[in-house]
Amino acid sequence: MLNNSSEPIIYVRGLVNRFGAETVHDGLDLEVRRGEVIGIVGGSGSGKSVLLRTIVGLNRPVEGKVEVFGRDVLRMSDRQRRQLENRWGVLFQDGALFSSLTVAQNIEVPIKEYYDMPLRLMDEISAVKVGMVGLPEEAGEKYPSQLSGGMRKRAGLARALALDPEIVFLDEPTAGLDPIAAGAFDELIRDLKTSLGLTVFMVTHDLDSLFAICDRVAVLVDKKVRVGTLEQLLRDNHPWIHSYFHGPRGRAAQASEAAVFNEPRALDATRV
Amino acid sequence: MESVAATLVESDPGSFVFAAAGEWLVATAAELDQRLRALQMPNDKRVTLDLAGIDRLDTAGAWLLLRTEHDLAAHGNTVEMRNLRSNFAPLLDQVRAGGMVVPARHPRPAHHTIVGFLARIGEISLGIFARAYSILGFFGAVCESAGALLLRPRRLRITALVAQLEQTGVNAVPIVGLLSFLIGVVIAYQGADQLRRFGAQVYTVNLLGVGILRELGVLMAAIIIAGRSGSAFTAQIGTMRVNEEIDALRTIGLDPLEVLVLPRLFGLVLTLPMLTLWADLVGLFGGCLMSWASLGITPPQFMQQLRDSLYPWTFWIGLIKAPTFAFIIALIGCYEGFQVARSAESVGRLTTLAVVEAIFLVIVADAGFSIFFSFLQI
Repeated sequence: MLNNSSEPIIYVRGLVNRFGAETVHDGLDLEVRRGEVIGIVGGSGSGKSVLLRTIVGLNRPVEGKVEVFGRDVLRMSDRQRRQLENRWGVLFQDGALFSSLTVAQNIEVPIKEYYDMPLRLMDEISAVKVGMVGLPEEAGEKYPSQLSGGMRKRAGLARALALDPEIVFLDEPTAGLDPIAAGAFDELIRDLKTSLGLTVFMVTHDLDSLFAICDRVAVLVDKKVRVGTLEQLLRDNHPWIHSYFHGPRGRAAQASEAAVFNEPRALDATRV
Repeated sequence: MESVAATLVESDPGSFVFAAAGEWLVATAAELDQRLRALQMPNDKRVTLDLAGIDRLDTAGAWLLLRTEHDLAAHGNTVEMRNLRSNFAPLLDQVRAGGMVVPARHPRPAHHTIVGFLARIGEISLGIFARAYSILGFFGAVCESAGALLLRPRRLRITALVAQLEQTGVNAVPIVGLLSFLIGVVIAYQGADQLRRFGAQVYTVNLLGVGILRELGVLMAAIIIAGRSGSAFTAQIGTMRVNEEIDALRTIGLDPLEVLVLPRLFGLVLTLPMLTLWADLVGLFGGCLMSWASLGITPPQFMQQLRDSLYPWTFWIGLIKAPTFAFIIALIGCYEGFQVARSAESVGRLTTLAVVEAIFLVIVADAGFSIFFSFLQI
């Protein structure tokens, strides 16, 4: 499943996004490597979600080039697009579950769309996904309105994983979760990444998540991104980045991370 | 694509080898599922799952392997997995950790039997009563709130009221006018066509006057407003419920009935009579034009005939119904808005319901008025 790991799985060049008079991205470049967890951070309104939406094709940029799996997302036919779309999954902020369907039916929507599968097998597979994201078995029969916020996110993740995608896009997966649930969600993402070989593109505000699971971090500042490992960004002296990582919350997250793992995270030096 | 294999052979007496090969993916799952279900499971033997041939594996494939293992064990076999590539092991563990799950049952309606059918009729009937009871309760609460407001009229929210007058009244003028005009034209044309056979063309004017002023003007206006504003009330209040805005109002100490319902109610009670008047005028104008075109009744003749044919209160009978209809529409629209649960789906469902209920009740009330007026012999 893993191949040409040297080539970027997501490749963004010279991206410009403008809404009215306001420029959100101005010549943004970003590369995401296969199999990594990349965290996207930035202040409110810095265009984190817009970047995510642009890559998955929900927002057409003014200028720039976006390639996913080496294919130009902005210039492709609808058929090519469909082939691409079953190779990624997206978890929206509040799960974006279809409210008229049960959780199990939600998970089956992409499967039904792409494969001809007996009902019983489909029920089994959706039940497997429900178990994998740590939802109780009976959650499959419930409607989204009967679930708590954390459970809706897990159910949304189960739907995003329905087709075993190669990339998952997560839009603030831990926002609004209590610290224990957020920690469990981080762990879940990490486990799924190791077992499924996922590439994870995660927009987040959660410093603990960043320290716990991200291999690299992309910071949206000045309408561009700065990408690096946490060690590199911790040494960066751009004022916003500095205050982000060295503010009281940033320090607390670092401290707890150091306490848990008791070693600096010198990861990825080999992969670069 | 068809590079999958799943075979079960007896290698030695008493022991079997299950050989899996190829791509065990969600794309091949249907094919694999079919083959696996066709396997003849041995009983109480030793079975080795030889997984060396598996080139690619995803969650669906992993589930099928685990299911096979589970099924074999359920037949009393001793099962052992062997030769799985090391990079697939975490995936298998992950799926196994999710548990050997029972597929979720989809809720399916259970009214295929006669008992189920009867039960459903009963359920629906009880639902209607419960609903009527609840609407009555809402009606009471609104009346109480309105009464309190009348005692302290300074609490009336003028800005909200004026906004409602604009949205439900001024903005509805073109559509109400156009449709009433067309109704006037149609009635004049059909009436003239029939009455001409008796040489009584001139009574077309009577038909128009009584029909439009007593019934059609106010009904058209009410039905258009139920579709236009009743639905908007439900959608607005419903969306506010989904966003917890109603709860926010309550915590600030504001009464949602006073803030949201009363301006809409008073607004509609004020605008619907005006729209009715407008519908009456435009409807008669349409009828007048059509009479002139098809019967040659000139506008002055039309006016004369109209004046002769009407009782003095014909016009008022139509107009008097308008506030009642407005009250019904606003009450139902707001009530259904408050019934919205915390899901966007219920907003749409209840909006539809609000329009249907409002139109239904308006027509029922109209029938009630007819009976009442015939009792009074007017």
